[in-house]
Amino acid sequence: MFDFRIPIRDWVSDAVRFLQLRFAPLFDAFSDGVEAVIGSLLSGFEWLPVLVLILLLAGITTLLGGWRIGLFALLGLLLVENIGLWQPFLQTLALVVTAQLLIVLVGLPLGVLAASSDGVERVLRPVLDFMQTMPAFVYLIPAVMFFGIGLVPGVVATFVFAIPPLVRLVNLGIRQVPVALVEAADAFGSTAWQRLVKVEMPVARPSIMAGLNQSIMLNLSMVVIAGMIGARGLGAEVLRGIQRLNVGQGFEAGLAVVILAIVLDRVTAAFGRSRGEQADR
Amino acid sequence: MTIVEQPPPAASAARPTKLAVRDLYKVFGPNPARAVALLEAGASKRAVQDELGLAVGVADVSLDIKAGETFVLMGLSGSGKSTLLRLLNRLHEPTSGSITVDDVEITGLSRNELLRVRREKFSGMVFQQFAVLPHRTVAANVAYGLEVQGVREAERRERSLAAIELVGLSGWESHYPHQLSGGMQQRVGLARALAVDADILLMDEAFSALDPLIRREMQDELLELQSRVNKTIVFVTHDLDEALKLGDRIAIMNAARVVQVGTPENLITAPADDYVRAFVDGVDRTGILTASAIMQPVKETAHVRDGPRTALTKMRRSGLSGILVVDSERRPKGYVTSQRIIESLGGDGAAGEHLDADLLEDATTVDGDTPLMDVITLASEGAVPIAVTDAGGRLRGVVVRGAILAALARPPNGQDTGTTAAQPAAHAPAGRVGHESGGGERV
Repeated sequence: MFDFRIPIRDWVSDAVRFLQLRFAPLFDAFSDGVEAVIGSLLSGFEWLPVLVLILLLAGITTLLGGWRIGLFALLGLLLVENIGLWQPFLQTLALVVTAQLLIVLVGLPLGVLAASSDGVERVLRPVLDFMQTMPAFVYLIPAVMFFGIGLVPGVVATFVFAIPPLVRLVNLGIRQVPVALVEAADAFGSTAWQRLVKVEMPVARPSIMAGLNQSIMLNLSMVVIAGMIGARGLGAEVLRGIQRLNVGQGFEAGLAVVILAIVLDRVTAAFGRSRGEQADR
Repeated sequence: MTIVEQPPPAASAARPTKLAVRDLYKVFGPNPARAVALLEAGASKRAVQDELGLAVGVADVSLDIKAGETFVLMGLSGSGKSTLLRLLNRLHEPTSGSITVDDVEITGLSRNELLRVRREKFSGMVFQQFAVLPHRTVAANVAYGLEVQGVREAERRERSLAAIELVGLSGWESHYPHQLSGGMQQRVGLARALAVDADILLMDEAFSALDPLIRREMQDELLELQSRVNKTIVFVTHDLDEALKLGDRIAIMNAARVVQVGTPENLITAPADDYVRAFVDGVDRTGILTASAIMQPVKETAHVRDGPRTALTKMRRSGLSGILVVDSERRPKGYVTSQRIIESLGGDGAAGEHLDADLLEDATTVDGDTPLMDVITLASEGAVPIAVTDAGGRLRGVVVRGAILAALARPPNGQDTGTTAAQPAAHAPAGRVGHESGGGERV
């Protein structure tokens, strides 16, 4: 239609290249940091005897989510070990935990900020929409450009993909705290911080936990994709099965992902119920 | 003739001012200054809404709230009463005007200074929706105000337990709000405020969400509590009966402005305009009006040292069939009827020098603050006329049957003021009043 074409692709490519050159030390430092976290988690996991670790994980699950899901975790983990996916399972777990740490570290304050200011919320909303709807592969590539092949770009891509629901639900939850409760906090002379941690966050807790839960689920679903850019773990196993057209192998790896997903989901969902409810039930 | 004076508005006149509000305006929306200018020129809330599209919360309010009084802000929804309450501790920022608490002007304070004033001067706030924290136990809720002040754990516990006991919730400390009824939740809200133990207690429609029985119970308890803790309470309500019951003074608000401030009695006997009159028309007056509001001037009294003939002469002159006998301090000593004197004179003709005790009947005496309800009870037992005395026991007026009936009837439009509630009866021919007040009808 026109001779002229808006060079979006050139802009983005230039920007990525510019960032890559200009902030290389920063990306390297970040990369090292993430790697260190994943590495120490992994070596911690691997230092423990397999059975002890399985019992420990099942125990934690029982404590947080009740004996039903605890039993499920125990059987599920034994199964994963049995089909020879223990090592990739641990790698995935380390990846998920690291990514989730990052998500909470950034997402929670961002959500609180968005709740406290209409301006921030207005700016943040389209950014979150963008992050959630942009096909994951599109930022997988720049992630690789910035951080190289391996676990770190996997964590970054997961972060981008899984942080929006947490920010949204923290924002929503805090905004839905009844006006009277906020006024009560203020009337008694609370500082903004006291109001946040003593009133707003606890009251918004179900919503915040729902956000956490959703971001963990998205986090997990991204793990498979991260396998394509060299993040080891269950994702890589799934990929290997697909590449070899070995449906069985792909299914086994997928099953391990599902087991992890169910356990994490139930545990965080149980966490979401308020303390008052738990005391009553 | 004794001059009847309107009693000073309760004892509050002597109390120091706790909260002073001057020329306070609150306009919601952008660019409120123009709205304030319009309002200052006398524009109505409606006019500002139409012209500028801005919502007026409070316009041109000046009040002095005294230490230790229960001050009620009363009006229909949208009248600005809750907004005014929230301006007092700056939950809402005033658009213009000043608020002074104990000589500290809080309108100019920085954020941190404001926090301190909220902690030290205000006992937080009690809300219509209770606003108890759902994730905290009763004890932890009550301790909230102390917790944000950084009070030590042990003291916090002690003070919150005391407050819980004060509102009658002992034994419920470790329960969660959702396990409590509405009334109990509001007790938690009240205890939370009392635990802080600052001078000023703000209550926003605190009992409006409770069902009528619980509500009355809470009102009674608040009155009882107030007599013990003696806070300065600012209480918002849309319920006139509640306002009259709780308030030492009441400010009636309409369309963002205060239309009248006064004691319950003032409002009922002298409504400032049709709006207030419409409000107070249907009120049960017997609990609010007092003996001094319906008493009439005493036409004539006899002195204890007067002779029986002198007393009789005085009665004849004033057209009375009975007369109150006072001592030199004007303290009522008794009541004597003309019939009784004539009988005693008729016997042997040798009347005593003075009005002897055997001539006198006891005079029924009430304090000026006695509610009309009690006066009616006395009157129905036959004690008419009833002498009304001041704090020193001196005679200030007299209540006759006609005055009670006149007070119970609706006052004629706008005619009456506090001092003249009993006027229709007072205008009646003296003789008739005298007969009514005479002993003839006494059983």
